Amino acid sequence: MVSEPRLSERGIRMSMNVLDVENVSVSHSGALAINNISFSVQEGDLLGVVGPNGAGKTTLFRAILGLQSYQGKIKLFGYEGHQYDTLLPMIGYVPQKVNFEPNFPATVFDVVALGTLSGKKLRKGAKLIQSCGCCWNRIFGTSSKDSEKIEKVLEIVGLESLRNRRISELSGGEQQRTFIAKALVKEPVLMILDEPVTGVDLEVSNKFYSVIRRINKENKVTIIWASHDLTAISDHATKVACMNRDLFFHGEKDEFFSNKDLLKTYSESAMQMHMHHHEL
Amino acid sequence: MVLDFLTYGFMQRALVTGIAGAICCAMIGLFLVLKRYSLFGDALSHMAFGGIALGYFINVYPIWTATVVSVAAALGITKLRKSTKISGDAAIAVMLSSGLGLAVILISASHGFTIDLFSFLFGSVLLTNMNDVLLILGISCGVIFTLIALRKPLLHFTFDEEQAKVNGVPVEKLNYLFISLAAVAVIVTMRLVGILLISALIVIPNLTSMMIGKGFKKTMIISISLSVTATVAGIILSYPLNWAPSGTIVMILVATYVGTLLIKRLGSFSKKITPQENIINSH
Repeated sequence: MVSEPRLSERGIRMSMNVLDVENVSVSHSGALAINNISFSVQEGDLLGVVGPNGAGKTTLFRAILGLQSYQGKIKLFGYEGHQYDTLLPMIGYVPQKVNFEPNFPATVFDVVALGTLSGKKLRKGAKLIQSCGCCWNRIFGTSSKDSEKIEKVLEIVGLESLRNRRISELSGGEQQRTFIAKALVKEPVLMILDEPVTGVDLEVSNKFYSVIRRINKENKVTIIWASHDLTAISDHATKVACMNRDLFFHGEKDEFFSNKDLLKTYSESAMQMHMHHHEL
Repeated sequence: MVLDFLTYGFMQRALVTGIAGAICCAMIGLFLVLKRYSLFGDALSHMAFGGIALGYFINVYPIWTATVVSVAAALGITKLRKSTKISGDAAIAVMLSSGLGLAVILISASHGFTIDLFSFLFGSVLLTNMNDVLLILGISCGVIFTLIALRKPLLHFTFDEEQAKVNGVPVEKLNYLFISLAAVAVIVTMRLVGILLISALIVIPNLTSMMIGKGFKKTMIISISLSVTATVAGIILSYPLNWAPSGTIVMILVATYVGTLLIKRLGSFSKKITPQENIINSH
């Protein structure tokens, strides 16, 4: 298994919130995509983010990942600004879809190995170029320590037998598991998963859910996970955030699922969005 | 001996510059093809053509002016693309036409250097002098070393820019460096196949290697081998046959690509029909 992330070594106190989102709003060409959202994520949370299509879930994730400009404050372990950027490599991110060239020649192993490339190693790489040093193993191959880590995460996601297959030859579900392995190999403190099992069959989805529960419990990785599947959220998440541009609810899972009014509001807004998309 | 011509100095210089250019183009080309920037080499080479015309016009060594003009244009267009969000093909069209436009103005404004320019358009690897060889070798070594050292972040950035950014890869800086390296690689190869055929050396060996290579490293090694083999074979064959080396190199690359494609198609076709034949035979 992936070793527990050593937060203290990175100067982070365990008592801190992993993530604080404070009064965050995002506009796309004048249209409000997220309206004044605030919530916190504590260490060990498995937060399910629910909301209909166009509710702003992906936009929120992109803002957290520094890929989207926003108003308000987002803090990672209490840090903002430049310090926040240096902590970004501690987030493992699995997007809805990765748009890569269809004939990309990289194998599953190659893609997962990309996850071992953290900011720290890049600085080492820059030093390497400056000194014109020749550490050929690091340049041409993957170090034995990294290889070991990659093998372990491939085992976790059940892809060890496909390690030498090209990423472009895999099914959607297998590709998605590769990206989860790539996010895991970084030994992340926080994982952000944006509808990771969209278009994936039930068997693979169940395998995926058991993987995220395992890494959440055994590796203490905090997980934020967007999904439309309320049954999956009810089965696996520990907390729920419900949004549709505004945040309707954030709290314990049982509280959300026992609140009939909230569930009705969610169903109605989901239905309205569905009708709207259908009309378009 | 049949291969006596290989002892000639001009032939040896051609082979050395040819091999250096082939390695540079194959390496940078794999990243360009995978980033869907296949025509970027063409755009850069047309900018370089403008730079060469400028060099002759102001009487400066044309490879220097070509390097300055194409690197500046590549960086400028990358910045413009980012700030105005114009599409990649539109950016390429802007570069291509402005480079050629500059060259046409300078050629029309002064007379007498059109024959030299012609050699840059279609390649003149047999005319390289020792100065060219040393410069091209120096630049090639720089490009190859940088690409090897930055192989992993470049691969990450090529595979998915946003994920690379989240992983701490300095995507913007890397993009500018990569575009500059591509511009320099084009300058290195200009003598070999000429401005009009440069895309072939950037794109074709990589398309072929992507059909057979498993894993990024193997694909790159196959691409480099194909590119170097085609270049050496092209230069050697062109002499006794009295063909232009640039065209010979490109046609060898095209033949390799078509041959590999046919073999792949036949392979997958036989795989498809075998189970059906078995069913028919069993009946």
